[in-house]
Amino acid sequence: MSPLDRIANVSVLKQHEVDKLYKVENKPIVSTSDQLCFLVRPRIKNMKYVADIVNADKAMGRSRKYKIIFSPQKFYICELVLEEEGIYGDVSCDEWAFYLLPLDEDLLSMELPEFFRDYFLEGDQRWISTVARALQLLNSLFGPFANTYGIGRCAKMVYEVWRELVEESEGDSQARRPEISHVFLMDRDVDYVTALCSQVVYEGLVDDTFRIKCGSVDFGPDVTSSDRSFKVLLNAQDKVFSEIRNEHFSNVFGFLSQKARNLQTQYDRRRGMDIKQMKNFVSQELKGLKQEHRLLSLHIGACESIMKKKTKQDFQELLKTEHSLLEGFDIRESTSYIEEHIDRQVSPSESLRLMCLLSVTENGLIPKDYRSLKTQYLQSYGPEHLLTFHNLKRIGLLTEQAPGETLTAVESKVSKLVTDRAAGKLTDAFNSLARKSNFRGISKKLGLIPRVDGEYNLKVPRDMAYVFSGAYVPLSCKIIEQVLERKGWLGLEEVVRLLNGNEFAPTEPVMEENPAWEAQRVILAVFLGGCTFSEISALRFLGKEKGYKFIFLTTAITSSARLMDAMLEAKV
Amino acid sequence: MAWNLKEDLRDCLVAAAPYGGPIALLKNNFRKEKSPGSRPLLEIYSASGVPLASVLWKSGQVVELGWTASEDLLCIQEDGTVLIYNLFCEFKRHFSMGNEVLQNHVREAKVFHTEYGTGVAILTGAHRFSLTTNIDDLKLRRMPEVPGLQKLPSCWAVLSQDRVTIILLAVGQDLYLLDNTSCSVVTPPGISPHAGAYVQMAVSFNYRYLALFTDTGSIWMGTSSLKEKLGEFNCDFRAPPRQMVWCTRPRSKQRAVVVAWDRRLLVAGNSKECIQFVLDEDSYLVPELDGVRIFSCTTHEFLHEIPEASEEIFKIASMAPGALLLEAQREYEKQSQKADEYLREIKDQNLLAEAVRQCIEAAGYEHEPETQKSLLRAASFGKCFLDKFPPESFVWMCRDLRVLNAIRDYQIGVPLTFAQYKQLTIEVLLDRLVLRRLYPLAIKICEYLRLSEFQGVSRILAHWACYKVQQKDKSDEEVAHAINQKLGDTPGISYSEIAARAYDCGRTELAIKLLEYEPRSGEQVPLLLKMKKSQLALNKAIESGDTDLVYTVVLHVKNELNRGTFFMTLQKQPVALSLYRQFCKHQELETLKDLYNQDDDHQELGNFHVHSSYSSEKRIEGRVAALQNAVDEYYKAKNEFAAKATEDQIKLLRMQRRLQDELDKPYIDYSLHDTVYNLILDGHHKRAEQLYRDFRIPDKRFWWLKISALAEREDWEEMEKFSKSKKSPIGYLPFVEICMKHHNRHEAKKYAARVTPEQRVKAHILVRELDQAADAAIEHKNENEMNLVLSKCTAATDSSVVEKINRAKAQTLKK
Repeated sequence: MSPLDRIANVSVLKQHEVDKLYKVENKPIVSTSDQLCFLVRPRIKNMKYVADIVNADKAMGRSRKYKIIFSPQKFYICELVLEEEGIYGDVSCDEWAFYLLPLDEDLLSMELPEFFRDYFLEGDQRWISTVARALQLLNSLFGPFANTYGIGRCAKMVYEVWRELVEESEGDSQARRPEISHVFLMDRDVDYVTALCSQVVYEGLVDDTFRIKCGSVDFGPDVTSSDRSFKVLLNAQDKVFSEIRNEHFSNVFGFLSQKARNLQTQYDRRRGMDIKQMKNFVSQELKGLKQEHRLLSLHIGACESIMKKKTKQDFQELLKTEHSLLEGFDIRESTSYIEEHIDRQVSPSESLRLMCLLSVTENGLIPKDYRSLKTQYLQSYGPEHLLTFHNLKRIGLLTEQAPGETLTAVESKVSKLVTDRAAGKLTDAFNSLARKSNFRGISKKLGLIPRVDGEYNLKVPRDMAYVFSGAYVPLSCKIIEQVLERKGWLGLEEVVRLLNGNEFAPTEPVMEENPAWEAQRVILAVFLGGCTFSEISALRFLGKEKGYKFIFLTTAITSSARLMDAMLEAKV
Repeated sequence: MAWNLKEDLRDCLVAAAPYGGPIALLKNNFRKEKSPGSRPLLEIYSASGVPLASVLWKSGQVVELGWTASEDLLCIQEDGTVLIYNLFCEFKRHFSMGNEVLQNHVREAKVFHTEYGTGVAILTGAHRFSLTTNIDDLKLRRMPEVPGLQKLPSCWAVLSQDRVTIILLAVGQDLYLLDNTSCSVVTPPGISPHAGAYVQMAVSFNYRYLALFTDTGSIWMGTSSLKEKLGEFNCDFRAPPRQMVWCTRPRSKQRAVVVAWDRRLLVAGNSKECIQFVLDEDSYLVPELDGVRIFSCTTHEFLHEIPEASEEIFKIASMAPGALLLEAQREYEKQSQKADEYLREIKDQNLLAEAVRQCIEAAGYEHEPETQKSLLRAASFGKCFLDKFPPESFVWMCRDLRVLNAIRDYQIGVPLTFAQYKQLTIEVLLDRLVLRRLYPLAIKICEYLRLSEFQGVSRILAHWACYKVQQKDKSDEEVAHAINQKLGDTPGISYSEIAARAYDCGRTELAIKLLEYEPRSGEQVPLLLKMKKSQLALNKAIESGDTDLVYTVVLHVKNELNRGTFFMTLQKQPVALSLYRQFCKHQELETLKDLYNQDDDHQELGNFHVHSSYSSEKRIEGRVAALQNAVDEYYKAKNEFAAKATEDQIKLLRMQRRLQDELDKPYIDYSLHDTVYNLILDGHHKRAEQLYRDFRIPDKRFWWLKISALAEREDWEEMEKFSKSKKSPIGYLPFVEICMKHHNRHEAKKYAARVTPEQRVKAHILVRELDQAADAAIEHKNENEMNLVLSKCTAATDSSVVEKINRAKAQTLKK
């Protein structure tokens, strides 16, 4: 499902006399219509696509009207390409200032998956102002935001651009009671670890297995146990799903079977009903029950399918390896597990993900492993991944430990970087791209690996670690929790230093006079470069514990596979 | 009049702008001998005769002067060139009325105003008319020929009807109407056949009425559509008048024409009577919206119809409520009880509200502050006796009058009437004050009327600043400081606009200084580029975080500098560089390479070649060559790993090419792993072995891929042979797994027997021999394994196994 489907689906468009819809891909358009309208992201590639079509028409001597609608905004470079391709005069352009797509009651997505690669890999800041404008939109609707916190260079830039927007539009903001009391902005590169872990919460797992697109998933024939596939919207409206989405997968089956039994008893009630009751039942309850039944069977099917896939790859083994990587035990064993993973060609993106996880948690691979794993990978998946590795190195996901570099040496180097940067400006953003992650130190400082006595009870979770089977508290969520608790970065100096700084907080936090309001804080968590469903689940859990309400704003929903895909150099 | 004119007005070319606008005089214009000492002199005065500017006229012969709606002076020359000057005689621009006009010369010209703007109509020596309706959007129209026209028409006028501009001209006794396409003869309705030849015509301010003067002294008045006659007047004077204009008031029933001869002024209307004035000196008439301005060397007067309200109040022995109220108030001031009587009289008729209204309205028509005051005082007095009289009209009248009195002062010299002021609107009035550089007064008015900062004070300050930067006698620092002091960060002020003006005046340094005050970097960039400060512009663009701006600057710089310097500039700006690289990646691949070369970025160059080896190159030779380039670059970058990997790839490509030729199957673009896999799948074990050795494929990988491929081929025999070739580096469990994957339980069992003891349980479970799995687990005394087996058991079929394990578990527990 594409964002457009969520807003205006095919039948709506047809009602407005759209003759036919095409995907923007490198295929010629066969149509007799005399008007073509392109709804595109402002990318050079898309401009070339349009140019090819227009020029092909020209060559055939056919004249049509062309309109390009840029969403969310037009970039100068697009016009330039149109000009260079010689079709600037043939097309008319428009902008559709579409920033936010509400995927769910608490989830807003900008549907800009390219943000991650553009900013973090290419160093392209084009989307900064877009995000700032989205924030300003929310600010004007629900604001003014009382307290804004954040960490990361991009977050800081967004914050600054947004502040400028606020100042420009000042005047129309009456003294309203802010509906959103806290805003927290975070760069994806602050926490790669969480995004790289296998997801085990139901929603995350569904995303990892079937890929949720725009809040909807395509369940194939293996799930629906028919020859058709179903598109299902996954959100709070789905009663079954809303109860299991945040649950650890091990609980889901039990829950579903319980649900099935309940449903059965409800159905069973019709026995022994008289005509009148039966009439009531049919007219009022039956439809709801049927609907629930249908959803239930879909989710059970999904679970079965997940189980089948996950057990085949020996999912337990995989999780075990991940957990030991997070904890920093048995590194050798994990490395050979990864090697085998590569050798057996289990899955290109999975293998890559494990390598990255190893690198990020260990502050880079030791040179020998770095070379051998890469060699193995190239042998399995082809030499073009040489470029993938280059990208991963640039972004800091897969790096090599400098020989003889001890942890302390790294740390002092990093701290030097931090102080240098304090004086520097935005422009040196790229020096830090190949930065160290210091995961181990941060993990110790924040207590990300819970000490467990006995079995971690996944049915009754006691902290956010449950989203990773109790083995790891997601770093990103932990930072948010800590900052909210401390009302700032006070006491987190060491962590901030290890995270390469760039934190910010309001100079004078606005406190609620009314303690009753304080308890029902609404917090907008903004993820620049995407957030995973696991993080959303973890923060939902935190919200429930502390009585906050979290609203999520992300540039796109991401997952380990999506991160890896973004690093590939496309084969044209 | 404050001026001290030595010349007669009749010797000058005169133009006065409506709405109390300025007066332009061109002296010495008609003198024929052109000695250098007697060049014409162009002078501009305010309506009160205060000189604003003057300039010696050095261009060609001027035929006509006229003012545009925005108070610019149009000087129409004989050759059809129109020069535009501002109020201060500063040349702005010029345009031409076309070739035809140039050839035949301008004989007569008229400047007119329509809803399209200011227009110019020209009568050429060839007796043809050309006109444009808007000089700011110049479209020349040549009107059709008038048949049989051999001499200049005796008089003509421009009419505007239903948004169409047409020309009415008179030749002797005939009237012609010229529109875009045709020429037609018209006769005004009700004109006497003995009226004679037309010598003068006048169109009213709003183009609605037309007056014609004939050589028999008859004046015909009617609508300009020539459909209706309004009146006729016969005067005794046959001489053609110097000027004839309409004198009416909007929405008034009375219409009159003012006719001026050298020493005589005649006002003719509907009635048989007319009013005559004697003119002491040369006078000039300026038609206005609601009357006629008449100025001469010494005086400036306004002739208009007395408005009803004023008439009612000031008529001798008037008993109108307003007159009574004024009287009542006067008596009240004298503390006389008559005040009460008058008041009662009005109140008894229930006309007090009407009286107040009359007084307020009449105050607006008065020019003397004293009279205004007494009328307003009367209104205020009457208001006290009224319950619910809305105060707005009174308050607004007081405010408006204050503004009007201020601008009517002779030093300002904008004699607007109330009606003109309302028609013009306060915004336009402010613009005109700004045009006259009367900034303090304009600001005071804004503040007094409490206009919003954005459209009021800020706008004026910005104009002031733009004027300020033109003062060349002050240093850049001084001017920049003075401007910042005054403007601060007043909302709505654009420093970049002021800076642009400074740059236009040639003060680049001042412009840069002023730009520093501009808070939005986006606004700074375009001007910096214009000033060729590209480095600074690039910095500002990057600071703004707006990629569009960065691109704008980068591409601008690209055209401005040579390639080398351009690249150097980019090197210093990583943000700009990365943006430009992205652009090149799609649009200019070769430039991208040059960029890397310039930078000695061998790593990126290597990547570049690798990328092109699989995206742009299609032939094997080309691909190998690209890869070879990559190898070289990688070595230069000291990236041995990448170099080796690329060398391997070259080797592989060549090998695949050979395989493809020999085996007639596609191998190219497979990874090494897939190549070997496919070889085995096709039974080419020898070749597979060779690749295994050549590329030093690790044993583990080779075993994995070989058994997978063999299983897929279902070549169980070969697999068994392979398993026995030497000790398996991956153990034998994978054999079991792979066989089971391909549903060959029989084969799987063979290997299950060979797995190491630790994996035995797993192996047995895989081949679904739970009984044996249980035995192995029990033998290991491993509880985890036992549980694993248990979990695989189903109650129906495996009860014996369950029993066995439970027994064993119980036993271990006992121990």
